[in-house]
Amino acid sequence: MDAIVAEDLHKRYKAVQALDGVSFSVRDGEVFGLLGPNGAGKSTTVRVLTTLTRPDSGRALVAGEDVARHPNRVRHLIGYVAQDSGVDWEATGRENMLLQGRIHGMAGTPLHKRVDELLELVGLADSGDRVARGYSGGMKRRLDIAIGLVHKPRVLFLDEPTTGLDPEARAAMWVEVERLARQESLTILLTTHYLEEADRLAERVAIVSRGRIVVEGTPEDLKAGLRGESVSVELRETDGRLLDAVQVVQQLDGADEVHLEGNIVRARVPNGAQAIPTILSALDGRGFPVTSVTTSRPSLDDVYLHYTGRDFAAEDEEHQPVAKARGR
Amino acid sequence: MPQLLRHTGWMVVRQARNLMREPIWIAMMVIQPMIWLLLYGQLFSKVTQLRGGASSYIEFLTPGIVCMNAFFGGTWSGMAMINDLDRHVVDRFLAAPASRLAIVLSQVTRAGITAILQAIILLLVGLALGVRVHGGLLGWVVVLVASALLAMVFSGFSNGVALLLRREASMIATANFVGLPLMFLSSILLSTALMPGWISSISRFNPVNWGVRAARNAVVVGGDWGPTGEFLLFLVAATAATCAFATWTFRSYQRSI
Repeated sequence: MDAIVAEDLHKRYKAVQALDGVSFSVRDGEVFGLLGPNGAGKSTTVRVLTTLTRPDSGRALVAGEDVARHPNRVRHLIGYVAQDSGVDWEATGRENMLLQGRIHGMAGTPLHKRVDELLELVGLADSGDRVARGYSGGMKRRLDIAIGLVHKPRVLFLDEPTTGLDPEARAAMWVEVERLARQESLTILLTTHYLEEADRLAERVAIVSRGRIVVEGTPEDLKAGLRGESVSVELRETDGRLLDAVQVVQQLDGADEVHLEGNIVRARVPNGAQAIPTILSALDGRGFPVTSVTTSRPSLDDVYLHYTGRDFAAEDEEHQPVAKARGR
Repeated sequence: MPQLLRHTGWMVVRQARNLMREPIWIAMMVIQPMIWLLLYGQLFSKVTQLRGGASSYIEFLTPGIVCMNAFFGGTWSGMAMINDLDRHVVDRFLAAPASRLAIVLSQVTRAGITAILQAIILLLVGLALGVRVHGGLLGWVVVLVASALLAMVFSGFSNGVALLLRREASMIATANFVGLPLMFLSSILLSTALMPGWISSISRFNPVNWGVRAARNAVVVGGDWGPTGEFLLFLVAATAATCAFATWTFRSYQRSI
């Protein structure tokens, strides 16, 4: 059975078409990643699936229940960890979890036992009785996840679980999520704009761009689908002639998806080892000073570029939320 | 219905516990009304006309300050809602099977309970300064009910505005804009007989004044229970109206997510 089915979801906020026909499905028990730059529609998709937002059209089932027709049934079956922490800062970790459990109809010894077990599981056993205001960013995030798990949901939504965490806390969170996926036998839908995160955690990913799913599959399949290798050529400062360098590479045989990232020209070629001499001599011939060359297997970055024709990092930057306005 | 009550109860417990962790808040809650009482009591004590039929100005003033405190508390109570919106606690409850109504009503209930506690403190201070509650036990009950209702009327309004504007600065501006004018358009500080005609006419439609009149009947007059009951009923109706307003703006918030 599919744990999540989304069919042709549309949602418009005033001038912005946030969802423009989102369809995908998540199998029971898998970790599924929605990957896309900021502003692609990932969070809106999650808000629809968690019953917070009504779609303008389309249909969605979560754990077999229709989100529009039986929102309250869905709410009983899901855990939701929002992009921005939903922790009550003035309450202790334990109090946060107890209240959430009571809202879900739990009580007494089973509830207290469950809270103890989860505090242990997310590594907050020693700080569970401290007020959450004093928690670090990583601790708040782990508390968020524990809150989302109190009632043993079937499906857990993790919206950008590691945004705002430092690299160390992020790595710890990855280990955490992997462990939860195993121990709690959950279906997890996570959204992220970190390519490595999707690559590391998700069994399958769907790439979201401008309110649509552009491609869906395992990270390995998606990368394997792009034949060849990526070549990155770093150029020394060339006072505005970088675009000319891109043109030079574009004209070479076999060079695809040539684009610029900072002062690095990237291209996909059938065979890196064969292409490098050609590229170097072409650039050298036009007087471009090359500082380094690397080749790599295609990454999800390349997958994104291939399917959308746009550069992931640039698009992410462009939609960086400036000041988060509430309610848009 | 039982679910609504249970959820409201837990959410009230949560808010109350959070407030109890703020020592400054507790100090302000207890000390500020006392300052009003002592300050105004001294300031106007020589002006014998102000006190209406009361035996001392402090006796006249005490029920007024109880009400002032209750409605000020109410007008500011939307700040807690803004805080919960900013911290995304509201969204977390919305994605869970929490009673929607409880999210709003718990704030209003908490404002009412706070007002009752403050009213008790103020009455005790008043007693120490020689105030007599002429209405006896019933008088006490009336004062406490009036203060709770006043706080709830304005808490409903305040939470409604909080859910509509969703910004701290706008909330502060609104509370200030509403608070002081309504205070001076009521008989908190001086009896209705001394007001200019137009102010006394307006004050008849001011919910703050309904509370003040009821509380003053209970403390100073110790009678007039008929009109007093009417004032309380008006306050119940006003509470229902502002809570409906807050529920409506809560829906508009939900639609905006």
